[in-house]
Amino acid sequence: MRVNDAVTGAILIVFALLMMTYTRTFPRLHGQEYGPDLFPLLIGAGLLICGGLLVIRGWAVRRDGPLVVLGAWARDRRRVIDLACLVGGVILYTQLSEPVGFIPVAFVLIAVLMVRFGARVALAAPVAAAATLAVHTMFAKVLLVPLPWGLLLPVAW
Amino acid sequence: MDAIFKAVALIGEPYTLGVMLLAAAFGLFVGAMPGLSATMATALLIPFTFFMEPVPAIAIIVTAVAMAIFAGDIPGALLRIPGTPASAAYCDEAYAMTKKGFGERALGVGLVTSAIGGLTGAVVLSLTAPSLAEFAIQFSSFEYFWLACLGLSCAVVISTGSTLKGFVSLLLGLFVATIGIDITAGYPRFTFGSVELMGGVSFIPAMIGMFAISEVIRYVASDRRSMKIDGPQQQSGVFKGLGPILWRYKLNIARGSGIGAIVGVLPGAGADIAAWISFAISKRFSKEPEKFGAGHPEGLTDSGAANNAALAGAWVPATVFGIPGDSITAIVIGVLYMKGLNPGPMVFLNSPELIYAIFLSFFVANLALIPLGFVAIKSSRRLLSIPQSMLMPIILLFCIVGAFAINNTVFGVGLMLVFGVIAWAMEENGFPVAPAILGIVLGAMLEDNFMSSMIKADGDLMGFFSRPIAATLGVATLLIWATPLLLMLWRRLRRRGVRSA
Repeated sequence: MRVNDAVTGAILIVFALLMMTYTRTFPRLHGQEYGPDLFPLLIGAGLLICGGLLVIRGWAVRRDGPLVVLGAWARDRRRVIDLACLVGGVILYTQLSEPVGFIPVAFVLIAVLMVRFGARVALAAPVAAAATLAVHTMFAKVLLVPLPWGLLLPVAW
Repeated sequence: MDAIFKAVALIGEPYTLGVMLLAAAFGLFVGAMPGLSATMATALLIPFTFFMEPVPAIAIIVTAVAMAIFAGDIPGALLRIPGTPASAAYCDEAYAMTKKGFGERALGVGLVTSAIGGLTGAVVLSLTAPSLAEFAIQFSSFEYFWLACLGLSCAVVISTGSTLKGFVSLLLGLFVATIGIDITAGYPRFTFGSVELMGGVSFIPAMIGMFAISEVIRYVASDRRSMKIDGPQQQSGVFKGLGPILWRYKLNIARGSGIGAIVGVLPGAGADIAAWISFAISKRFSKEPEKFGAGHPEGLTDSGAANNAALAGAWVPATVFGIPGDSITAIVIGVLYMKGLNPGPMVFLNSPELIYAIFLSFFVANLALIPLGFVAIKSSRRLLSIPQSMLMPIILLFCIVGAFAINNTVFGVGLMLVFGVIAWAMEENGFPVAPAILGIVLGAMLEDNFMSSMIKADGDLMGFFSRPIAATLGVATLLIWATPLLLMLWRRLRRRGVRSA
């Protein structure tokens, strides 16, 4: 996805203004000139200047193309679904891993992604199962990372 | 001398050598896979370093990265797809050699020059870092403030692409660094009530997101080609006929190693930029520049050495000042802090054996590169036939578990996803990511040193010029900042002069 610099610049300006306004709520220290708001204000000022320059630069070439050019992936429905599966899958993982457990969620996540990316189901399922168990053994058993058991807690090994 | 013996003992431990060997295999694999970079190898290794002593933790990163930068040449030569960005500069040249039937020779040149470059870089690192550290011991918060400024400016100037976009990237990184409790007033900034953000944005999930998740997203959004090695029967072995080539271009190898080490030292510029610069120099000063592009090994000798030399060079500012020389050392600095080994001249004084052990690991890794790299070249066909459709989801799983393991909360996983999407969108639009990383790493250092300097100097900004070294650094920084403005002014004046004349 390519966005004209003017659009990016405008977003940066809005972001900088919001941030600088929010900075006004920071407390100031007595007897000291520089408080917690100094650096965010300087960064905001820098972003304002850069955003302005980007707007000028993007405005100059506005006739060369549309303001937002979606990447080739956006026209290919399959790839849009793939991307949605990737991002949505990670979000679902954060929500489900605790109640359902690492092993089932991770297995489903990577098996579905493998199939979406073009692997055959008969190959993806065993590879995904092996990868999940290998990662689980390495992290939960060897490195003692508390990966949640979830539904599998009664049969935890 | 005592410290050196201790360092040898630390590296010589069977456990350390064992994990280095595993890391080497991992590095060769990641480097040889197109779309998986050396920085990504580092990011994926971090969760393992949590559970290690400092020396093996650092040694596995050093080893994996040295291997990965060489292994990036393999798909570059065989498929014309660079395995890591550091091999992109000479990928066409190496592929042209493959088409002529000398693919293995091209990889042999890459392998030996990588090892020589890596060893040269290691010598430069071991000679310069300790003496610099001796000098840096006198530095106070004033000098460190200017050093951080210099490092950040350097990152913007050298970054690939437009300087303006590099600057935006830097400011965004600095903004991320302000999130969390601030050090002067103890006020939680930009946390919006989130307890997880109080301590700041966790560095490790952010790095895994920016370097690993962004690559996975890029793979998904790309049109996925299947990789197939074709081309004529190879007429040369890896080492056959290599001696005369290397001897003929010995000065190129030396020049590439030197340039690589220097570019590595500069903050924000790493192996990829070193390779581009030295390939360009090789062509510019070659006696037969017309041969470039048609499968001529001269450029390979220069840039093959340069990218591995840059790796070690980047550790000079990282260990002496805590200023990363490239994105890999940016991650390493995060690991060092986590291990309670705050980089800086004090480490050289208090635990020199650790520093020497790091230096030694460079020598060990680059010597081991030759036999291990040979195995990798020989098994490249099998390596490259691993389908990416299976590999990418497994990498995603590693990322998720790694981001989770830092605090054992899924918050890290969410953070990783956010940073991955942002980094991907930035690179798609020509915003370099390296300055943002430096901003995140150096933001706290910049602010801490500014605030403590101002407390010392009672709020007088002239305090930054009150000590001789600080004043020199300060003037240098201001000159670097003023240069583009002066250049712009000069060009405008000259144009006006031409017009009026």
